[in-house]
Amino acid sequence: MAEFETPEALVKAARRVREEGYRAVDAFAPFEIEELGDVLHARNVGLPLIVLGGGVTGLVTGFALQYWTTVIDYPLDIGGRPLASWPAFVPVSFELTILFASFAALLGMLALNHLPMPYHPVFNVPRFGRASQDRFFLLIEARDRFFRHATTRKLLEELGAYEVSDVEP
Amino acid sequence: MAQEINNPTRAPVLAPGYTYRSVTDKISSIVLRGTPRGWYVGFAISFLLAMLLLFAMTYLLIAGIGVWGVNIPVGWGFAITNFVWWIGIGHAGTLISAILLLLRQPWRTSINRFAEAMTLFAVANAALFPILHLGRPYFAYWLFPYPDVMGVWPQFRSPLIWDLFAITTYGLVSLLFWYMGLVPDLATLRDRATKTPVKMFYGLLAMGWRGSVYHWRRYHKSYFLIAALATPLVVSVHSIVSFDFAVSIVPGWHTTIFPPYFVAGAIFSGFAMVLTLTIPLRAVYHLEDFVTMRHLNVMAKVMLASGLIVAYGYMMEFFTSWYSGNTFEQFMTLNRAFGPYAVLFWLMMLCNVVIPQALWLRRVRANVILLFVISILINVGMWVERLVIVVTSLSRDFLPSSWGMYAPTLWDWAVFIGTFGLFFALLFLFIRLLPMISMAEMRELVQETGAGEAH
Repeated sequence: MAEFETPEALVKAARRVREEGYRAVDAFAPFEIEELGDVLHARNVGLPLIVLGGGVTGLVTGFALQYWTTVIDYPLDIGGRPLASWPAFVPVSFELTILFASFAALLGMLALNHLPMPYHPVFNVPRFGRASQDRFFLLIEARDRFFRHATTRKLLEELGAYEVSDVEP
Repeated sequence: MAQEINNPTRAPVLAPGYTYRSVTDKISSIVLRGTPRGWYVGFAISFLLAMLLLFAMTYLLIAGIGVWGVNIPVGWGFAITNFVWWIGIGHAGTLISAILLLLRQPWRTSINRFAEAMTLFAVANAALFPILHLGRPYFAYWLFPYPDVMGVWPQFRSPLIWDLFAITTYGLVSLLFWYMGLVPDLATLRDRATKTPVKMFYGLLAMGWRGSVYHWRRYHKSYFLIAALATPLVVSVHSIVSFDFAVSIVPGWHTTIFPPYFVAGAIFSGFAMVLTLTIPLRAVYHLEDFVTMRHLNVMAKVMLASGLIVAYGYMMEFFTSWYSGNTFEQFMTLNRAFGPYAVLFWLMMLCNVVIPQALWLRRVRANVILLFVISILINVGMWVERLVIVVTSLSRDFLPSSWGMYAPTLWDWAVFIGTFGLFFALLFLFIRLLPMISMAEMRELVQETGAGEAH
């Protein structure tokens, strides 16, 4: 794992490491750097679908709840007015759509990110605490097929890393 | 500084010279260093008032609703006034966080966290009132659609049920959005804390966030999606609150202008409350570099704009009541302006329509003290507005034989003042325990303004 002082250095290093063929690469930063995500091919396919699924579930739940309770289970005939008065069902259906979709967005994000995860090997690096403050880290995992301890370390040092350290599992 | 006062429009959203580290240091030190003495004083006063609320609520629940001034014909009184007022205040938070995020306004960054917290606590206060004002509050759970032994269900065609769903959804989504924004900052606090219990506390809340680039991307996507969902939600909540009035046939309530006019009023009072709270806070914690004159200026402009929409709403109410040719509507308008509650009406016009016009002047917007005073007056005005709407319409409706006057009792006031205690006690705890400005977003702002290089 290599520590960098600026986001630009990290992006440069990440690009170079990808060009060298490394694929089991991760980077850590105190805020989102969009360019970095593009360089490391961070994709985002699942999440919007999960949110859509949540929204549709909420809509169906809300409408079905109201329809079933007022039309099927306990119909009240008031002056011959229609039982399935759908315009009156709009507000609750709408609110439940938003509610379910928002929960899907949060829980989906957590699930796809495998959070909560209290322990992770990167936390063993003493200076890693600064990844949530002002430093930028690049990690090449040992399972990468191009990984050779000495050469990989040398590459990271050449890229202008402030410090290169090994991550204990 | 002199330049800044002369022209708040040009002031930066972040004072120059800040780095990733100094931004983080400054915000997190408020949480991680010792407690200032003023905090204890403020918290103690708020806590005492919150106890007053508890006391007044307990007495209400034991003795019954008769301890309040409400009766037929005025069955709503203070409770619904306070409910609408607090929920209106609760609109600024999500508006600032969600809508301004989608519009990519850089000035949202340093005030969104605080405004969201304010929203949550205001909604918590608001949610108390509909329950307390029920004749039999212990049956409040009947509002929920659960299969009970009586075999009946809630009336889904009633705006009161819509309200329940709208407010529950709003509270939950605001909480979720707020917590999600907090996660990277909780990780920062975990990494900066020196004492083990403190580290554990923030560590548990941060859920092992480590700032991986893959995580950030999903995180932002999710954050944007929730913002996009929360935007129509904000508009829907106060619209539904206005349906409580507009769906009835009481003169002065039964109008189609209510939803947009209530939403504008909510934004108006919400921004006023944000200003009322931010101005002392930035002075006490020396956050003038983060919450600059630019922020105050922009918020004042939003207040002016939404205030004009509210003024338009008043005008349309007058116009419609005259143009409708409906005797009851016409009488209602005259009764509001010249009847027994005329003082409240003119106070509302003064605070909500006349005084905000001062915000047209740049010199007023650049004057922190004046802004503070105006924001408080708007808060007062908006509370009076809800009282005028609730009380004048109910006290004199169709038949003079069913007219009646309303006056609040001491217990009405005790509950109302007590909610301030709860609100401020929660705010004090929030300021002490959690970062009141988003550190992750401030670092992003540092990068965008190009100051990050200067280590």
